[in-house]
Amino acid sequence: MKSLQELEEIRKRALDQIDLRKKGSGTRVVVGMATCGIAAGARPVLTKFVEEVNRHHLKDVVVSQTGCIGACRLEPMVEIYKGEDEKVTYVKVKPEMVAKIVAQHIVNGNPVIEYTIGYAEANNQ
Amino acid sequence: MDIYRSHVLVCGGTGCTSSGSPAIIDKFEEEIKKLGLDKEVKVVKTGCFGLCEAGPVVIVYPEGSFYSRVKASDVPEIVSEHLLKGRLVQRLLYKEKAGDIETSLDKVSFYKKQVRVALKNCGVIDPENIDEYIAFDGYKALGKVLTEMKPLDVIDTLSKAGLRGRGGGGFPTAKKWEFAAKAQGDKKYVICNADEGDPGAFMDRSVLEGDPHSVLEAMAIAGYAIGSDMGYIYCRAEYPIAVKRLGIAIGQAREYGLLGKDIFGTGFNFDIEVRLGAGAFVCGEETALMASIEGCRGEPRPKPPFPANKGLFGKPTIINNVETFANVSQIILKGPEWFASMGTAKSKGTKVFALGGKINNTGLVEIPMGTTLREILFDIGGGIPNGKKFKAAQTGGPSGGCIPAQHLDTPIDYDSLIALGTMMGSGGLIVMDEDNCMVDVARYFLDFTVDESCGKCPPCRIGTKRMLEMLERIVEGKGEEGDVEKLEALGHAIKESALCGLGKTAPNPVLSTIRYFRDEYDAHIRDKRCPAGYCKKLLTYSIIPEKCIGCGACAKVCPVTAISGTIKSPHKIDPAKCIKCGACQEKCRFGAIIKK
Repeated sequence: MKSLQELEEIRKRALDQIDLRKKGSGTRVVVGMATCGIAAGARPVLTKFVEEVNRHHLKDVVVSQTGCIGACRLEPMVEIYKGEDEKVTYVKVKPEMVAKIVAQHIVNGNPVIEYTIGYAEANNQ
Repeated sequence: MDIYRSHVLVCGGTGCTSSGSPAIIDKFEEEIKKLGLDKEVKVVKTGCFGLCEAGPVVIVYPEGSFYSRVKASDVPEIVSEHLLKGRLVQRLLYKEKAGDIETSLDKVSFYKKQVRVALKNCGVIDPENIDEYIAFDGYKALGKVLTEMKPLDVIDTLSKAGLRGRGGGGFPTAKKWEFAAKAQGDKKYVICNADEGDPGAFMDRSVLEGDPHSVLEAMAIAGYAIGSDMGYIYCRAEYPIAVKRLGIAIGQAREYGLLGKDIFGTGFNFDIEVRLGAGAFVCGEETALMASIEGCRGEPRPKPPFPANKGLFGKPTIINNVETFANVSQIILKGPEWFASMGTAKSKGTKVFALGGKINNTGLVEIPMGTTLREILFDIGGGIPNGKKFKAAQTGGPSGGCIPAQHLDTPIDYDSLIALGTMMGSGGLIVMDEDNCMVDVARYFLDFTVDESCGKCPPCRIGTKRMLEMLERIVEGKGEEGDVEKLEALGHAIKESALCGLGKTAPNPVLSTIRYFRDEYDAHIRDKRCPAGYCKKLLTYSIIPEKCIGCGACAKVCPVTAISGTIKSPHKIDPAKCIKCGACQEKCRFGAIIKK
């Protein structure tokens, strides 16, 4: 160890690894992973989210799973929480939709309206 | 490096290791691989979480779900339910009381009142991975000290923080460092005393197992402050996991150049070696410890000269306890004001206690100084099991004394405990309930010190032995009028004349139990009776004829055939044959057998 910068670099690199264990107030991506979700293909969606979050080096984002929300016909469902009360629900999510959700919604703060539950219901998909 | 969506933290402390956590880790890795989750979920072996009672403990992040008493056979369920589907396994979540389920660690009342400074990283990081320590600001304090502070500034910071030695005596750490810094010498040493020998104490073990780098970093800071380039950690060989992790940590720190030559390019050199103790209690005494490192017999010598002037190999030396070192880096980083804001007027910061004995939540707790014993035992410790009544708590192990129920509300710090006739000690806290005989407790601790006395000075070698003989007579019902006064006189004489801390404090358990439980001594001596019903020689078991239905269960279980009688009529115990094992009382379903 020759300098403080060197230490700081190791710290930053390692921080990515353990951020999960610190209390964050950031974004939570919750993927419905009950039997219905898994059957509808939620696993690859979740994996894709983890991949995209890593690719963007997003620190304050947690990807986790949840049980059945009850609207099994709309699975795979993904809910994204930002802060205390803001929540967006995406339905019938496919792995190829994930990159757009992460870039447009999580990074830039604009939910992808055409993937949301409201849009799907209104257009009776 | 991959980033994972979930971390499974499995406790690798000694408590959980012996209740099977290595098998759990293997099983987790196997199951996670089987379900193809190994790119998403990481398994981490950590240090002690503190709630050893509920071990083996597993925590799943990001939720912070707290699973207790996990068995390897439970692992497939946790993996397939929680890690794959996101459903908590309710039946394994830690329950504070029946019916009450806590899903997250921070909400459990065992942790709510605790303030973790020395134990900050224990149960959070992987102790065998230096990167995780660095991620939680590790070695930043060393960097700050070497690049921004003068040695005297470091000592000044500790002085302002008011840090006192956590090994028992409570000597101001800054003073110790100052003496060594001012002492003249071509070579100086830093020693970490990790020879934790009090029965029931395991604070230092947990720090070494859970956060070894915090000790290494602080030792290097101490080296800079006093002008030393060499440190020794004197650890008991009975702590194999701690020794192993220290070895790994020292290796990693050397590899990163955080130990060795020219640290942070400042020209400062510091290296650390581990020395193993062979299990002698007296080697926790600083002069005996140094003798042992030098390769001599572990015996104390008179002070002065103090180690700060003439210590290891005759050179200026500082010796600090593990927990003391564990506080240092955070004082440097967060500032002395932060540290001094916790605690009482004369005792700053926090203290780690190992809770043991008759308490629900056996384990490790860290609380701000000034917390009352009641809060520690009842709010954090969960109270006494089986609805029994609290009688006393022993602090300071064999060097300390007991605190009876009337002093439960005393705020705990160094000085209040001394006023109560006990001492902080290294932090062992053994709880006794109504079934414990205080005379026997005193006998137990004295038995320990007699065994561990090195024999160098007569007051300790002969005096404690005589005291033990008297106590043994008393618990056997052979005590005589005047024994208590003799114990007191001899106890005070030993306190004043023994050579080292071990002998000087050895009579404390006896003197303090006499002070608060004189009536129990009198009952043993005058009435030949043990009020707690513990001392076997003073007990008799008998059968109440009205309650006995003559089932014969007690006679069958008696190992010495002391119970006789015919079926369907009351039985009798022959006191001459009875060995007082209590097996009959346990077996009787009618409460017909009593002990007096």
